[in-house]
Amino acid sequence: MSAVSIRDVSVAFEAVRVFDGLSLDIEEGEFVVLLGPSGCGKSTLLNAVAGLIDVADGQIFIGGRNVTWEEPKDRGIAMVFQSYALYPRMSVRENMSFGLRMAKTPKAEIGRRVAQAAELLQIGHLLDRRPDQLSGGQRQRVAIGRALVRDAAVFLFDEPLSNLDAMLRNELRVEIKRLHARLGKATMIYVTHDQIEAMTLADRIVVMRDQKVQQIGSPAEIYGRPANLFVAGFIGAPQMNFLNGRLEAEGGGLSFVAGTLRLPLAGYAFNGAPPVGQEVVLGVRPEHLALAEAGLWQGFGVDIVEPMGADTVLWCSDGTHTLQVRTTGTSRITRGERVGLGLDPEQASLFAADTGERL
Amino acid sequence: MSASLPSGPRPRRLTPGRIGLYAFLLTAAVFFLLPLWIMLITSLKPMEEIRLGNILALPMAPTLEAWGKAWSSACTGLDCNGISVGFWNSVRILVPSVILSIALGAVNGYALSFWRVKGANVLFGVLLIGAFIPYQVFLYPLVRIFSQMGIYNSLTCIVLVHVIFGLPTMTLLFRNYYAGIPIELFKAARIDGGGFWTIFLRVMLPMSVPMLVVATILQVTGIWNDFIFGLTFAGRENLPMTVQLNNIVHSTQGERAYNVDMAATMLAALVPLVVYFVSGRWFVRGIAAGAVKG
Ligand SMILES: Nc1ncnc2c1ncn2[C@@H]1O[C@H](COP(=O)(O)OP(=O)(O)OP(=O)(O)O)[C@@H](O)[C@H]1O
Ligand SMILES: [Mg+2]
Repeated sequence: MSAVSIRDVSVAFEAVRVFDGLSLDIEEGEFVVLLGPSGCGKSTLLNAVAGLIDVADGQIFIGGRNVTWEEPKDRGIAMVFQSYALYPRMSVRENMSFGLRMAKTPKAEIGRRVAQAAELLQIGHLLDRRPDQLSGGQRQRVAIGRALVRDAAVFLFDEPLSNLDAMLRNELRVEIKRLHARLGKATMIYVTHDQIEAMTLADRIVVMRDQKVQQIGSPAEIYGRPANLFVAGFIGAPQMNFLNGRLEAEGGGLSFVAGTLRLPLAGYAFNGAPPVGQEVVLGVRPEHLALAEAGLWQGFGVDIVEPMGADTVLWCSDGTHTLQVRTTGTSRITRGERVGLGLDPEQASLFAADTGERL
Repeated sequence: MSASLPSGPRPRRLTPGRIGLYAFLLTAAVFFLLPLWIMLITSLKPMEEIRLGNILALPMAPTLEAWGKAWSSACTGLDCNGISVGFWNSVRILVPSVILSIALGAVNGYALSFWRVKGANVLFGVLLIGAFIPYQVFLYPLVRIFSQMGIYNSLTCIVLVHVIFGLPTMTLLFRNYYAGIPIELFKAARIDGGGFWTIFLRVMLPMSVPMLVVATILQVTGIWNDFIFGLTFAGRENLPMTVQLNNIVHSTQGERAYNVDMAATMLAALVPLVVYFVSGRWFVRGIAAGAVKG
């Protein structure tokens, strides 16, 4: 039984239909990240699960129960928002206990749960402050605490870290991951447009674009075997290299050909029959291109060197194609040097040029 | 050399522009304060002094006699109980009208901003139009309606009128204020199990203090200064202070008692004056906030 099951859900804002029959099953205890560019419908989907907007069609199950018509408070969910959304006129303690007080929970029980959540998030010393007396990071901790106190089975996060600076973001990201591990059976749905957050937190990533699911899979699958050009380009920094070319049959095997560049595709696992003679796009991640004197592709010169500490990115060009190559941070290569490049076709991705789908 | 480089605070100089500005401000202040000043000193003079005609002269023998007379024994038409009757009438009209119009306006604004009420946009449009139509247009139809209902010329009637005419402005004011509050706050409260009233009373209302102050100021001054509604709808028993002031000033038997008239006028203006002095800062702040958030 899934913890959350979204079945053929459509959402409509007046005349505009945002989703058309979207389905997604999430297992108990799973950490699912909805990832996609702005406006792709992540928040809308989350709000539909929370019951904050009505669905036009379809059903939503939480814990095996059909909650499609239920009030947000009865769905067994808790939610954390990007803008914290703390009640400004209440102390931290009152903020965290508001939901329990609404539900007429006994005082002792409220005290116990607030203390527990406060300890977990290290905000015990802030309990009597007002939200405007807290820093951004502390506010978001309180907001997470308010969600924890609800003892929900499903936690919904809508870009909880987007308003924080980079340092705090890393810190709280780890904390959320730790929290998920400690809570054990809690299911989490987490919305972000930050691929690092998605890769580090998720058991499964749902990549979305234009209100459509592009790919669902583990971070490794999404990164290693992107389902289409959009996913391939969206995930990974520096970006995947793309080469436009053609698929040609050559002495028994298949080869990718782009001008003077050729790549025999022995070992590449095609999804179905390879479209020989068709226009295709080859995608190679910068770390899968190796600097090799006797490499497959010759005649590249280093245009730009970008040292990033742990590694260095080289922009290599042969006049018609430019490729980013990731090499170690200790590399001594300088601008203008001639290099050869080698790559393993098993680690590359091929996409149809017309549909953008993986081949 | 570098000695001439600008550094530190800019030297203040009295430019012609500044002088002009101060001159204008001074003139404006005198223009608005002079009448008040004349009223005040006249009300403190006995009639003999007033007859001398020096209206700008300070009172030689200041006395509060006129104030006492204005408050408790000036004649409004036939009865001579002073303006105090009108004062208490105004208070009885003011308190329920202010409370009701603000409460309803706040709830309306809240509902329009956060709950997707069916036809909210239409309702809002109607309210907007309502806020800008000259209310004289409604006078006669309302008189007919209230007569039919049998409440014409009563306290209920005048309070109802003030509430109805206060509602569009109050709703607009609160709707704009709530439009500036992030919707996520409302969503969080919904997930925490708040209903329509709990969210309003426990989350939104505590955040609305600045707007409540502004609304109170607007309504208190507006309703206190009202003349035509009071005259039309309140009935003889409940005539507000403004109407009674008019009656005192215009009851022309014998010599005109300027000092009493002035004192009565000052008494009638007391409430709005106090409100402005006490809350001037809040008032400006609220209006500014309303304007920015609009
Ligand atoms: N109240 C609304 N009325 C009409 N259209 C809306 C409404 N809310 C969202 N939309 C539309 O639905 C689509 C999805 O919006 P949504 O807020 O879910 O995006 P998102 O993925 O959360 O983006 P972001 O990363 O910027 O938060 C957008 O195209 C948006 O224009
Ligand atoms: Mg969003």
